[in-house]
Amino acid sequence: MNAQTPSPKLHDCRDAFVAVLERLAAENPRIVTVVNDSVGSSKLGGFKSKWPERLVNVGIAEQAMVGVGAGLANGGLMPFVCGAACFLTGRSLEQVKADIAYSNANVKLIGISSGMAYGELGPTHHSIEDFAWTRVLPNLPVIAPCDSVETAAAVEWAAAYDGPVFLRLSRVGVPDLLPQGHRFELGKANLLRDGDAVTLIANGTLTHRMMKAADLLAAEGIEARVLNMATVRPIDAEAIVAAARDTGAILTAEEHSVYGGLGSAIAEVVVDRAPVPMKLLGVPGIFAPTGSAEFLLDEFGMSPAAVAESAKALIARKH
Amino acid sequence: MQPNDLERIARQIRLRDLQAVVAAGAGHIGGEMSAIDILTALYFRVLRLDPQAPKDPNRDRFVLSKGHVALALYITLAKRGFLPEEEIATFLQPHSRLNGHPNCNKVPGVETNTGPLGHGLPVAVGMAKAAQLTGAAYHTYVMTGDGEMQEGSNWEAIASAAQFGLSNLTLIIDHNRFQQGAALKDTNNLAPFRSKLEAFGWEVTEIDGNAMAEIVPALEHRAARPHCIVAHTNKGHGISFMQDTVDWHHKVPNAEQFQIALAELSETL
Repeated sequence: MNAQTPSPKLHDCRDAFVAVLERLAAENPRIVTVVNDSVGSSKLGGFKSKWPERLVNVGIAEQAMVGVGAGLANGGLMPFVCGAACFLTGRSLEQVKADIAYSNANVKLIGISSGMAYGELGPTHHSIEDFAWTRVLPNLPVIAPCDSVETAAAVEWAAAYDGPVFLRLSRVGVPDLLPQGHRFELGKANLLRDGDAVTLIANGTLTHRMMKAADLLAAEGIEARVLNMATVRPIDAEAIVAAARDTGAILTAEEHSVYGGLGSAIAEVVVDRAPVPMKLLGVPGIFAPTGSAEFLLDEFGMSPAAVAESAKALIARKH
Repeated sequence: MQPNDLERIARQIRLRDLQAVVAAGAGHIGGEMSAIDILTALYFRVLRLDPQAPKDPNRDRFVLSKGHVALALYITLAKRGFLPEEEIATFLQPHSRLNGHPNCNKVPGVETNTGPLGHGLPVAVGMAKAAQLTGAAYHTYVMTGDGEMQEGSNWEAIASAAQFGLSNLTLIIDHNRFQQGAALKDTNNLAPFRSKLEAFGWEVTEIDGNAMAEIVPALEHRAARPHCIVAHTNKGHGISFMQDTVDWHHKVPNAEQFQIALAELSETL
């Protein structure tokens, strides 16, 4: 189990998203898409050519996009509302709260190019607040898959789930980590590697970096547990408590602000049920400087080598 | 149901609304009084609804975007059989399902949760678009306040409705000329609404929104485009001292005012 190293081939998770969406839409005429002039960035060109009338484009109008999604669901359809994560959540947060979460509308919110995927376009286009904004909303599962396999499984799951979902996707290539045929379970972390010295927890584009960090630690004789925790809400409290008890320290990393995201959600469980030393890695509460997503993740201490160093410092703090 | 019957029901709803606002010590009585005639026409004449099957896929949709007048909607729904009339007494009480803004997961007949302004119209556009896509025959109505039209999200939705050619959508603007803090004209005066909606490609009808004989045909009108009814109403309609003043957005009548209002509304029953 511990010898697994990510395969080098990188996948854009949007491809897995649209492949599953188109397969499901072919079988289910209730599936429609709603966009804010975001056909290309959501990779919905194929969907549009197959079912032009089922792609509802409201134009550059995110509040209407989310509200229209709620109305389409009221009319018996299953809308996948797709837009850049920064605008889908930030511009229309109150619509997400009132029209989707509070109304419990069966709408799938697909946040594209999340985190710092837009890199050099700068902080206006970064979506590093969306976990914080969405995970406080009742009724709304928040999911950030780590690879194309999990993305496909999560889309399949979302379409079968009767209720709202926020699915946070990147455009930055990631290697496949989960086995083909993997089934997504809401609120269940995946044990990717076991160890007893420390637990590394991540989701989205950070999970494969955690795996590489674990390889570096193993080379020094330190065995780390690695959990992929795609579901930010509802959080997998059992896996967190077990990690705290079994390994005595938890390090988290995410393509998100360190405030209010995955690490915070995990810390809320740790302080309540199993206090152990923690280290939270992410964007350190600043507007990021210019750079690509990969550059910025390295810049903020989330290269595999830097994660490994943070893990060693954390282990030194264990009780 | 004919206009004179509808007027009688509207007066009963007004009276119950007044009593409930005083009992609860809160409410938005001015905007409730302006909207009640239209709500009555919708629920007792126009909307194809079955209180026993509130989720029937073919039901007509009504969205109360000015959700702060929820009490008027609750009373109308109760009178129409969607909930027990005696439940109105629980308005704003702890754990009542009748809170200050309507909740679609608790109150039968409510379609979507409103409260923050500028939400109902985009959702209604989605409802009408769904019917257009599926071929469903239902019609979608949505009521906004005139001050609410200051929310930019409404204009996103107005443009989309025209682009989509939603002839199955009717927007009713309760144009009572007052918002919470001041007159519309002294705040951000969007009036006249007709020219603006027509510029976006809507058909517009202007009516006296407190006159049943004008309300019913306007609601029953079917246009080839999205239809907007600019309903000229009076804030506090039916209660003389409330009419056309900014004071009665969410003020509660004192004992003396209550007796005057009660007498005025009872007189006409």
